Amino acid sequence: MPEVQSARPEIATRPTVPTAPPIVTDPEEMPAFDIRDFSLWYGPRQALHGISIKIPAKRVTAIIGPSGCGKSTFLRALNRMHEVTPGTRIQGDLRLFGDNLYASGVEPAVVRRRVGMVFQKSNPFPTMSIEENVLVGLRLNGVRDRAFLQQRLQESLTMAALWEEVKDHLKRPGISLSGGQQQRLCIARALAVQPEVLLMDEPCSALDPIATAKIEELIQQLRQLYTVVIVTHNMQQAARCSDKTAFFYMGNLVEFTETRTLFTKPANPQTEAYVSGRFG
Amino acid sequence: MTHYAEEMDRLKESLLAMASHAESAVARAIRALVDRDEVLARQVEADDNVLDQYEIDIDDIAIHLLAKAPLATDLRLTAVAMKISQNLERVGDCAVTIARRSVDLGTEPQLKPYVDIPRMAAMSIEMLRDAITSFINREPAKARAVVPRDSDVDNLNRQLHRELASYMVERPATISRCLHLMVISKSLERVADHATNIAEEVVYLYEAVDIRHSAHKANEA
Amino acid sequence: MSTAAFNLRPSGAQQRRRRWTSRLITLAMGLSAILVMTPLFLVLYFLIREGASSIDWNFFTQIPKPTGEVGGGLANAIVGTIVLLVMAACLGVPIGVMGGIYLSEYGTERGNDGLRFAADVLNGVPSIVWGMVVYAILVVPFKTYSAYAGGVALGLMMVPLIMRTTEEVLLLIPQSYREAALALGIPRWKIILIVVVKAALKGIVTGVLIALARVAGETAPLLFTALGNNFWNHNLKEPIAALPLQIYAYAISPYDDWHRQAWAGALVLVLMILGTNIGIRFISRERRH
Repeated sequence: MPEVQSARPEIATRPTVPTAPPIVTDPEEMPAFDIRDFSLWYGPRQALHGISIKIPAKRVTAIIGPSGCGKSTFLRALNRMHEVTPGTRIQGDLRLFGDNLYASGVEPAVVRRRVGMVFQKSNPFPTMSIEENVLVGLRLNGVRDRAFLQQRLQESLTMAALWEEVKDHLKRPGISLSGGQQQRLCIARALAVQPEVLLMDEPCSALDPIATAKIEELIQQLRQLYTVVIVTHNMQQAARCSDKTAFFYMGNLVEFTETRTLFTKPANPQTEAYVSGRFG
Repeated sequence: MTHYAEEMDRLKESLLAMASHAESAVARAIRALVDRDEVLARQVEADDNVLDQYEIDIDDIAIHLLAKAPLATDLRLTAVAMKISQNLERVGDCAVTIARRSVDLGTEPQLKPYVDIPRMAAMSIEMLRDAITSFINREPAKARAVVPRDSDVDNLNRQLHRELASYMVERPATISRCLHLMVISKSLERVADHATNIAEEVVYLYEAVDIRHSAHKANEA
Repeated sequence: MSTAAFNLRPSGAQQRRRRWTSRLITLAMGLSAILVMTPLFLVLYFLIREGASSIDWNFFTQIPKPTGEVGGGLANAIVGTIVLLVMAACLGVPIGVMGGIYLSEYGTERGNDGLRFAADVLNGVPSIVWGMVVYAILVVPFKTYSAYAGGVALGLMMVPLIMRTTEEVLLLIPQSYREAALALGIPRWKIILIVVVKAALKGIVTGVLIALARVAGETAPLLFTALGNNFWNHNLKEPIAALPLQIYAYAISPYDDWHRQAWAGALVLVLMILGTNIGIRFISRERRH
C-alpha cells in the first residue's frame, strides 16, 4: 500500500482529544488579597458585612451584583479610596500579599502605588499631554531619570495597546483622544507606576462595543503580569474576561467561585436568580 | 412574566409536545405491525413531517435564546433542548422505518405471533416516557434510572437477531420477512438509545453533571 | 375639544397670535438690552468728550504743576496706582488664593461655611471702612501716611474676593481628577497644588484680574492711607499719588485746568480697567485643538 503523502500532515496523525486550558491555582501560592471578616460603614450605615475572600494573584477576578450591593465600595476599600468620603469606618483584616493595608502607620498614598485604579468614566488630566498623563504618577513621586521615564512611557502605552496609535502624537492633549483611547490612556497611566494590582471599576460602561472589546482583550493580556479585579454590571463581560467571579448582594459576599461554574451551575439559588436575570 | 421567560416556556412546551408526538409515533408503528394495519402505517409515515418541523422550530427558538446570552439553568436548558429535539426527531425516523417495514411484512403471511418485538417496544417506549417525565417533573434520579435499562434492550435485540438468523438459515423462504423483523428490532434498539441520550441530557440540565459516555463504558466493561 | 396647551395643530388665528406675541417679547428684550448698555455708553461718551483732548504726552510724563499754574500731568498718579496695585497683589493674591484652596480642598463643612460667610460679609464692607482700619493699624502707630498702608488697604480688600473666586473655580474641577491622581498614589498636597490648581489656573488668574480691576478705582481707602502726593514718591513709607485720589482732588478744586485733567485721569483709569478686562477675556478664551 503506497504511503499517501498528505498535504495536511496533521490529519495523518491520531486525533488528540481537545481539553480546556486548566486553571491551575497552586494552593500554596499566596493570594493577592487575603481578606477576613471585613466590614465597612458609611457613617451609621453598614455597607459591607464581614466579607471574607481570597483573591488570587495574576488572575482576573470579577465582582458582580445588583446596584447598591457594595461591589464598588468593596473595590475601593482594596486601595483605601473609600477614605476620600468623610465618615467611613472599617473593621477587619485586609492584606495585600501579606501586608495589612490598614495597619496604623500605613500611608494611603503608598497603598495606592501598589494597587492602581481605573475608573468608570475615563479621566485623563485635561491640562496635560498624552505623555505627561502617562508619566504624571512617576514624576510626582519624584522620578527624574529621563531615560527611565521614556522607557516606562513606551512600555505602559504598549501594555495598554495604545502605543501604535499615539506614538507620533505624544504631545497632543490627553483629552483629544476618543473615549476608548482615553480609557486605555488611563490604564497606561495606572500601569506606569508599576502597581501589583489593577482595580477596574466598570471600565467599559461608558464605551461603545468595539472599544469595549479592545479593553476586554487588553484585560486578558494584563493578567500575565498583574492581578486584576474588575467590577462589572455586565455578566457576559464577567463571563468573558474573568477567571473567578464573586457575587455580592446587599453588602454580603454570596458566592465566589470559578467563573465557568458560577455562570453554568451556581451553587447558591440567589446567584442563580441574579445570573438568570430574575432580579437586580 | 418577561418576554424572555415566555420564550423559555415556549421552548419547554414545544419540547413536550414533540416528545409526546414521538412516543405516539413509535407506539402506533408497533400497533400497525401487530395489527397488520397498512392505513395506520401510512399515517405514521406521513406524520413524521410534524416531528421534522418541531425540530426546526425548537432549534430556531433555541438559537434566538442563545443570542440573548442566557446563563446558568437557562443556558443548560437551551443547550439541552437542541439535543433532545434532535434525539426525538431520530425517534420519529425510527418509527417511520418500523411503519414501512410493517407494510412490507403485511404483504406476506405472518411468520409467528409477535412476542419479543412488542416486549422490546414496550421497554423502549417506557424508557422514552420516563426520560420525558423526568424532564417535566424535574426528577434527575428517575432519568439516571433510565440509563442502565438500555443494556437490557441491547441484549434483547442481540438475542432476537440470533434467533432470526438461525431461523433464516433453516427456512430460506422466510429470509425477507426475517430481515424486515431484524430491521424493526434494530430500530427499537435505537429508540432506546435515544431515550438514554435524552435521559442523560435531563441529568445535565437538573444536576449540571455530564454523565454521558461514562455510563456506556461502565456497561461495556 | 382641545386645550390650547396640547394643541398640536393650532388654528390660523392662534398661530398668528403666537407669532405676534413672540415678536413683541423679542422687541422688549432688545429694548432692555439697549437700556442696559446706555449708561455704559454714556459714561464712555462723556469721558471721551471731556477728557480725550487732554491726553497728550505731557499728561503721561509730567507731575502736577503748583496750584494755579496751567499744564502738568498725572504721571505720578498713574505710576502710583500701578505701584499700589502691585503691592496689593503681593498681599491679596497669596492670602486669597490659599484661602480659596483651603475652602475648596480642606476644612470642615461647618468651619468652611463660617469662613465663606465671613468672606461674603467682608466683600460687602464699604471701602472707606477698610481705609479706616488700616489707618488705625499702619498710619497712626507709625505716624505717617504711606504707600505701604495704601497697598495693604487695597490688598486686604482683594482677599475675600479672590478667596471666593478661587474657591469657585476649584470646585468646578471635577472630583474625578482628584480621584484619578489619588489612585496613582500621589500625596494629597501635590495633587492640590500641581493637578488641581494647574487645571484651574486660568480661572484663578481671571479672579485675580477681576479683583485688581475692582480695587484699581477705589478712592476712599486711599484717603486715610496713601493720602496722595503731588510729587514723585521715592520712599514707600511716604504718601504716594494715585489716580482716583488725584481725580477727586482735582474735581473738587475750583480750577478749570484741573477739571480738564480730572476728566483725562478718569478716562485713563477707565481705559486701564477696560484693558484689564480685555486681558481677562483673552486669557479665558477657549483654545481650539
